[in-house]
Amino acid sequence: MNYHWNWGIFFEQIKGGDETYLDWLITGFGWTVSVSLSAWVIALLLGFLVGTIRTAPSPWLVRLGTAYVELFRNVPLLVQMFLWFFVVPELLPRDLALWVKQDMPAKEFITATVCLGLFTSARIAEQVRAGIGSLPRGQSMAGLAMGFTLAQTYRYVILPMAFRIVIPPLTSEFMNIFKNSSVAFAIGVLELTFQARQMQEDSEQGIETYLAVTVLYFACAFIANRVMAFIEKRTQVPGYITSAK
Amino acid sequence: MISLSRLLVAAAVSAAFVAPAAAQELTGTMKKIKDSGAITMGIREASYPLSYLDDKQQPIGYHIDVCNKIVDAIKAQLKLPALKVQHQPVTSQNRIPLVTNGTVDIECGSTTNNEARQRQVAFGLTTFVTNVRMTVKKASGIKSLSELGGKPVATTTGTTSVQLMRAHEKGKGIDFKEVYGKDHADSFLLLETDRAVAFVMDDNLLAGLISTSKAPNDYAIVGEVLNVEPIAIMLRKEDTQFKKAVDDTIRGLMKSGELEKLYAKWFMSPIPPKNVNMNFPMSDLLKQLIKSPADAPAEAYNKKS
Repeated sequence: MNYHWNWGIFFEQIKGGDETYLDWLITGFGWTVSVSLSAWVIALLLGFLVGTIRTAPSPWLVRLGTAYVELFRNVPLLVQMFLWFFVVPELLPRDLALWVKQDMPAKEFITATVCLGLFTSARIAEQVRAGIGSLPRGQSMAGLAMGFTLAQTYRYVILPMAFRIVIPPLTSEFMNIFKNSSVAFAIGVLELTFQARQMQEDSEQGIETYLAVTVLYFACAFIANRVMAFIEKRTQVPGYITSAK
Repeated sequence: MISLSRLLVAAAVSAAFVAPAAAQELTGTMKKIKDSGAITMGIREASYPLSYLDDKQQPIGYHIDVCNKIVDAIKAQLKLPALKVQHQPVTSQNRIPLVTNGTVDIECGSTTNNEARQRQVAFGLTTFVTNVRMTVKKASGIKSLSELGGKPVATTTGTTSVQLMRAHEKGKGIDFKEVYGKDHADSFLLLETDRAVAFVMDDNLLAGLISTSKAPNDYAIVGEVLNVEPIAIMLRKEDTQFKKAVDDTIRGLMKSGELEKLYAKWFMSPIPPKNVNMNFPMSDLLKQLIKSPADAPAEAYNKKS
């Protein structure tokens, strides 16, 4: 293959500017991490809430939770991005819509974060429900028999155990959220994939560009994995679940 | 020294007068075509009207016509009447890798010839010129880039326009709010839905998007030219015989007036699939390039400090 390699490209200045291509990738990396971590907070809060609701004794709450999960789980992430970005503002009153479309600060970032957060929360809700479901029924019965209210039983008995059970699937979700954040380029967030496309177009050193980006995404996912492994270790209850180690 | 200069003269004479290829040892792409009996043409799916797919998914367009003429010339030159033409769809992301790695022999799309790309590939003689400008909704009354301070301006990710806008902002001290679509259709949607007040892009692409939009009369292409970009057919580097075959055909089309006819067919009359006329007259620079063909990169036409 007749390719002109240039690994020094990262330190070259961009045309008509004073930054280097490396600066572009670093800014992009910063946005990728910001979108992912903000979305992760939303996903964890809503995921645990909806997952818990789906195990509640009220059938209406269960149905509501199920509807939420199916809605966000069954529509592709890219389509959801477009729905939030292009369709939702059209449903607002005209003046508000125009503000959202033109003047709202950081609109791409907020849209992408909310969208990615809700998408991931549906997946987490499903895992949390499965985690709670895997606990022996005796646990909640024992909690109630001790005189705890239902809320207290969840808070002090069920959720602490369920949380430990779902850490391994949560690790996958945490890694996924970094990779899924790349879809945000489609609505114009200046994250890593966006900067990579821009750099490849500008420098015509596509192979170097995408190799560097691959390494950065890998690093994100790997660090996420290690952080979750650390949490898993620190929160384990001796003699329960992780006793096999 | 005498023998060297004689040799050079002899080489020049033979290059000019001896019937090409027949007498020469074939090299590069010409050899590949002769050996395999096939040529792979890189095509675009939606670069109106240069290279796109019609409603039967067949590649058509101005550059496809030019490339078909080149293929005919190669058939005659290599005496390969049964030469097989394969079509390979490419995107702006993969077109250069596909040419350098040999998947595509000749890219007939809408590729700007610039210096960065010339490090990887070569270009045929310039066959089209585009100006980077902006389109706005007529109702906005905007006429110049200087009126866009503080307003959202759209462009497409991964295009040269992004850098041009940033450079223009710095140079003129105007502060746009840049918004990005992932492709040209999305960027136009940003303008259509008032997320942006202007869309900066190659003017022929803007004309194409406007002509196929819901209300073509609502939009106008206005403002100063941010960049002049020569568009050409893309080939592999250091592939002299193939480049000569391509350039000779293009030069012939320019001399005979056939290229102007092709231009009129694609840019000045109704074209498939919607039978819309783009009404995009030939620029002065292209007229000049038809008189004196050249393959200079964009930088040659945009001298900046």
